[in-house]
Amino acid sequence: MPGRTLYEKLWDAHVIREAGDGRSLIYVDRHLVQEVSSPQAFEELRREHRTVRRPDAHLAVADHAVPTRRRDQPIEDPQARAQVAMLIDNAAAYGIRMIPLRDDRQGIVHVIGPELGLTQPGITLVCGDSHTSTHGAFGALAFGIGASECHTVLATQCVIQGHSRTMQIRVDGALPRGCTVKDLTLAIIGRVGAAGGTGYAVEYAGSTISALSMEARMTLCNMSIELGARVGIVAPDDTTYAYLHGRPMAPRGAMWDRAVAYWRTLPSDADAVFDRTMTLDATTIVPQVTWGTSPQDVLPVDGTVPDPSHAADDATRRRWQKALDYMGLMPGTRLQDIEIDRVFIGSCTNGRIEDLRAAAAMLRGRSVAPGVAAMVVPGSGSVKRQAESEGLHTLFLNAGFEWREAGCSMCVAMNDDRLAPGQRCASTSNRNFEGRQGAGGRTHLMSPAMAAAAALAGRIVDVRQDSE
Amino acid sequence: MQKLVRIESVAAVLPEANVDTDAIFPARFLLLTTRDGLGRHLFQDRRQNADFPLNDPAVRDAKILVAGENFGCGSSRENAVWALADYGIRVVVAPSFGEIFHTNCFRNSVLPITLDAENLATIQSAAASGATLAVDLAAQSITLPDGAKVAFDIEPNRREALLNGWDETALILHRDAADIAAFEARQRETLPWLYES
Ligand code: SF4
Repeated sequence: MPGRTLYEKLWDAHVIREAGDGRSLIYVDRHLVQEVSSPQAFEELRREHRTVRRPDAHLAVADHAVPTRRRDQPIEDPQARAQVAMLIDNAAAYGIRMIPLRDDRQGIVHVIGPELGLTQPGITLVCGDSHTSTHGAFGALAFGIGASECHTVLATQCVIQGHSRTMQIRVDGALPRGCTVKDLTLAIIGRVGAAGGTGYAVEYAGSTISALSMEARMTLCNMSIELGARVGIVAPDDTTYAYLHGRPMAPRGAMWDRAVAYWRTLPSDADAVFDRTMTLDATTIVPQVTWGTSPQDVLPVDGTVPDPSHAADDATRRRWQKALDYMGLMPGTRLQDIEIDRVFIGSCTNGRIEDLRAAAAMLRGRSVAPGVAAMVVPGSGSVKRQAESEGLHTLFLNAGFEWREAGCSMCVAMNDDRLAPGQRCASTSNRNFEGRQGAGGRTHLMSPAMAAAAALAGRIVDVRQDSE
Repeated sequence: MQKLVRIESVAAVLPEANVDTDAIFPARFLLLTTRDGLGRHLFQDRRQNADFPLNDPAVRDAKILVAGENFGCGSSRENAVWALADYGIRVVVAPSFGEIFHTNCFRNSVLPITLDAENLATIQSAAASGATLAVDLAAQSITLPDGAKVAFDIEPNRREALLNGWDETALILHRDAADIAAFEARQRETLPWLYES
């Protein structure tokens, strides 16, 4: 019998029963609860007179709807205020631990889970949010679920899932200067396509991946959902253990040693077989920017906006044309000639300390271009404090960036951080869908360094030239 | 959950690929904490465009939506399915679906039917001509006005659950409680750190 992949080991360790149809009843070790996808789940608990099976396995935090300014005031928007209040009440009523809005550790659920040491190798972790794939960076089986599945998890600590096919994406070589894991991630999405990973659990492997920090691995796994894959994982290794050691919710003392011994058994066996494999040479990666309305609409920064008349087929031609109409772009325009109005540095993709450092390093005493509004929204209170202790906030503020409180902010435009119709934004987030950052808003996805450079220039620029 | 057995209706056609959940249900309405009445926000931004297919009065009462590749990709927001269901859509036919959206459909008595290109084209052109389609879940077929049938696949357990209106959570609580407890007891022995808090 061939060996097993990391995904298969994680899966096998959590199957309670095969449900038929290739689906199984899976035990859930940890559930992150946020304000947007949980009200209806708790409502159903009440309606059906059910209890929370294991309150200690859940952690609640508000991130999507929260304002990123004036945290000392009550939330202004009555709907957002009510939604956050509902999370507080539900957590209290069911004995679930909650990180309050004014707590130092508050932040985007996918940023704080790892920071707290809640995210660990070998566990199953779910959240009513598709970017739960982020936690796969630790060798956890982590995936997003719908609100009614959140209800099932609260009530039963289980969820019924189909076994995914497995895909290994192997990346070797060093990323060239000016290229970050965000560029690698976008390049992978461009190659696989927005639906190419559907039905797969993706494992990222190879020398490039092993050399990545935990922050970078999280960026990579985070956007697996943009390939259509619900799961993106990296095998745990010494980098993982060094990150986790001593974090508040990580195992301690003798338990730590036991845990590490177990975690070391998790990586894919050498003879494990994947359903699909893909290899990439990291040395060929060029900084990436999206031009359209799907993350797969991505090009090297030295490229030009594609011409629909050159599309390979009719469906693609129509899709490109529609994207160009929405984005207000002409075929053949050099990406570096595209002017921007707004810059957003943040989100669960790129709101961690390394991202802020990379963006701040571009500033070097320069200022945001006239007419451009730029903001930095740290992914968590801890990231914010760390950045402030390094003086990064002063660099951003002096350059003309706004420096905000942690939250999802303009990644999803559920609070007042949003684009006005027609505004064009250089963004470090993960989705450039129509209206994602505000109705009519236009999003270009890129790395934190590229977004910072765009803020300074007032247009999309190639960081490789900027740093020369 | 509402049962779904047979749905007979005209069908709206939205042949675009990668229609994401932000398009189906814009994020700003995620602040609503109920699941009823969301139909009015279905495709709200897209419906500003008079040419948007769902604005055609002929399909205002359509219970069937014929969509493009990777329909419902993007976020996990179940609100997208709640809005479709509230609007009256009970069946979505597409070449492929976003995975979480696909699961969310089954949990809300919306039937996602996956068809290959050829069968999809048949359904699409019938729908576009204003034909009434009859989706029969028990028989796993879509019948066109001329009597022609297009068969579709569906996992037997999911079909059963839709036909009977079963609630998955109730089933698990009813059937699996002892196995879940046994799993926890075992895991508490082998991975005890997951039980310290
Ligand atoms: S930052 Fe964006 S992608 Fe991440 S959880 Fe928040 S809304 Fe979702």
